[in-house]
Amino acid sequence: MASRGRTVKARSAQTGVWALLPGALSLAVLLTLMGGALAAIFSVAPPIRPVAILQDPYIGKVVRFTLWQAILSTTLSVGLALPVARALARRDQFPGRRLLVTFLGLPVVMPVIVAVLGLVAVYGKSGLINTWVAYLGGETALSLYGLTGILMAHVFFNLPLAVRLLLPAWQTIPEESWKLASSLGLSSRLLVRFIEWPAISPFLPGVCLIVFLLCFTSFAVVLTLGGGPASTTIEVAIYQSLRYDFDPAQAAMLALIQFTLCTSIALVLVKWIPLLAHSSGRRIDARHRPDLKNPIGRTLDISLILTTACFLFIPVLAVFIQGIRGPITSVISNPDLWWAVLRSLLIALGATGTACGLALGLALSARFLRFSLRMPRASEMLILMGSLSLAIPAMIIGTGLFIVLLQAGALDRGTLLVICAVNALMILPYLIRSIAPTLMRSSQQYDRLCAQLGLRGWSRFRVVDWPAIRRPIGFSLGIGGALSFGDMGVAALFDTQGDTTLPVLLFHQMGAYRFDEASVTAVILMLLSVSLFWLIDRSVGR
Amino acid sequence: MFLELDDVEFSLGHWRLQVSLCLEQGQCLALIGPSGAGKSTLLSLIAGFETPSRGTIRINGDPVNQLDPAFRPVTMMFQENNLFNHLNLYDNIALGCHPGLKLSSSDKDRIHIAMTATELTAIATRLPADVSGGERQRAALARCLVQDRPLLLLDEPFASLDPRLRHQMHALVDSLRKANELTVIVVTHLPNEIAPLAETTAFMHDGRVLEHGPTVELLADPQHAELNRYLEFTQAHYTYDF
Repeated sequence: MASRGRTVKARSAQTGVWALLPGALSLAVLLTLMGGALAAIFSVAPPIRPVAILQDPYIGKVVRFTLWQAILSTTLSVGLALPVARALARRDQFPGRRLLVTFLGLPVVMPVIVAVLGLVAVYGKSGLINTWVAYLGGETALSLYGLTGILMAHVFFNLPLAVRLLLPAWQTIPEESWKLASSLGLSSRLLVRFIEWPAISPFLPGVCLIVFLLCFTSFAVVLTLGGGPASTTIEVAIYQSLRYDFDPAQAAMLALIQFTLCTSIALVLVKWIPLLAHSSGRRIDARHRPDLKNPIGRTLDISLILTTACFLFIPVLAVFIQGIRGPITSVISNPDLWWAVLRSLLIALGATGTACGLALGLALSARFLRFSLRMPRASEMLILMGSLSLAIPAMIIGTGLFIVLLQAGALDRGTLLVICAVNALMILPYLIRSIAPTLMRSSQQYDRLCAQLGLRGWSRFRVVDWPAIRRPIGFSLGIGGALSFGDMGVAALFDTQGDTTLPVLLFHQMGAYRFDEASVTAVILMLLSVSLFWLIDRSVGR
Repeated sequence: MFLELDDVEFSLGHWRLQVSLCLEQGQCLALIGPSGAGKSTLLSLIAGFETPSRGTIRINGDPVNQLDPAFRPVTMMFQENNLFNHLNLYDNIALGCHPGLKLSSSDKDRIHIAMTATELTAIATRLPADVSGGERQRAALARCLVQDRPLLLLDEPFASLDPRLRHQMHALVDSLRKANELTVIVVTHLPNEIAPLAETTAFMHDGRVLEHGPTVELLADPQHAELNRYLEFTQAHYTYDF
């Protein structure tokens, strides 16, 4: 027995090393990519003179516009999402509600460039609305380019996201509160004051910060709808410095400013994100609300829900209709399209595979640190490292790696690998935040049982861990796959040697005013993105 | 002696557990005492979830302090989370034979015997969420049986069941103990209820065993004021159907 004891002890020490290895490897990959990118930026950036930067009129203008459009977009998106979410929470029974809430997730997986095309088709100069206005004898007043277009596109993407993030707040309200409100005869206004606002307010900072960060780092929307130098954000300015001015030093300087601002925002964000609930908000029980039968409230709710549905789905429908009526045969017989599809597919699969490996490595080692070595701070730090790309946007890492490839004279090689790697880093925070809590919960619940049954290593992963994480991992990978497939940011930056991806091909078609072809490409892109999400979610998560 | 705890010490902040205890093979020991007395910690030390800072734990004469829980001749039932919720009852029980669920024909025979003994054959393919609390605990007990380990530790596993089911489970444990020559340590807050099962009882208070002796004598004639107070309280608050 004594010799067996020694064997087991030695085996435990070995297990410790093996359990930390995946995390160490993931961390090494992360630090190499991000550190390498930042080092490359620092190596070409001019000496930093804060006063000179603050006094530079171009940089000042770009930074001010970036902040201004992000603040406006956040205010509009969250401000409009609040009454819509309340209407959906109050009307919990109407037919199609579940479908509508599910479809509110569509803009998350929808390629930005497709949505932009949809908005152009409805609100553009020759779009549906202006055509109707002209038909009725009015003047075409709506211009989609510039700040208006940017705000409209940001609201299109972030209003449904904010609604989805806010809806679970109503789920936290206990049934007894509604019954109490009924017995006290509280009006709709007092319900907001005493019941709903206390439930929503803890969610609001997190929602606002997420939306703000998304708008702050928005690239494709500003590039396509910005309409000129007056409406340029930092990300677009970096792109223009590299692609049009070929000035890596200015790009590096802008990237450093972006990095500083994003890091500051992310430090606040990390504190608020855990407060957000992981729930779809599809099931809310509002049966006992006392204000359900109020006719004014009912009309208001129905109007809000219908308007939101129209605002979101008409552009998608418009793209579909234009795509179906477009030159399908000539577009799909073009080999460039299928090469672009293949490249986008490779990027999506490569990025999700890499992100999955990195996230699993970090999460498994973080769990070992927390529960076996009892080092909770080290565990949290490891998880936090996985979220580092929230502070360093894709365009910064892309710029750094662009400079690395440029200096190595390898810009024509390895482009796809770099796009893959950057996309993997972008998906990583979402993956790790869905895997790590599930693994930690599973550990709290089953660690002693696993220890007693000798479930360790691969056996434990197969029998206990994988069944617990496969659903969240499938969903996150599905979203990640769709996002990478439709990503236009870094792919546009590296679009130099003919390695065009599907979203970039669509951007080129739109830029050349070939909107009929663009509509067909957009439908293909949208269908493939949604199919990819569905396939990954189904094959991994079910 | 089958189980020996020789001056075992364990500290958690300022709180300290100091226990010496012996148990014969095939005996059943009831551990009683107020919350925070160290009953569950003592079981965790014996099972290997915690490591003593001093002293030796011997099972069958062999020191086991350095052994992982999976390598100790011990199996334990917890108050909850005894089963994996995503596995059906059969797989949960089969994990006691092989952690990778690679079962030989003799493993399958053992599982069948354990499931028959715990009357679970008819619901083998159900998930834990689809069976009653009593059936869940019977499945956990069946897994303990297929693990074929001589020392069974029960950390209040039946506390959440109603009195009738608890009585049935105690009777089942007793019959399985006798049939399989198991040594059992059971933590309980209901000493009178466990009395027919446990030959001996140990009363713990603040990390120490204050009294240890035959159950009937210990409950009828408590020597220590703390035990007296504890029994007065439990007897005043619970009624038993024996």
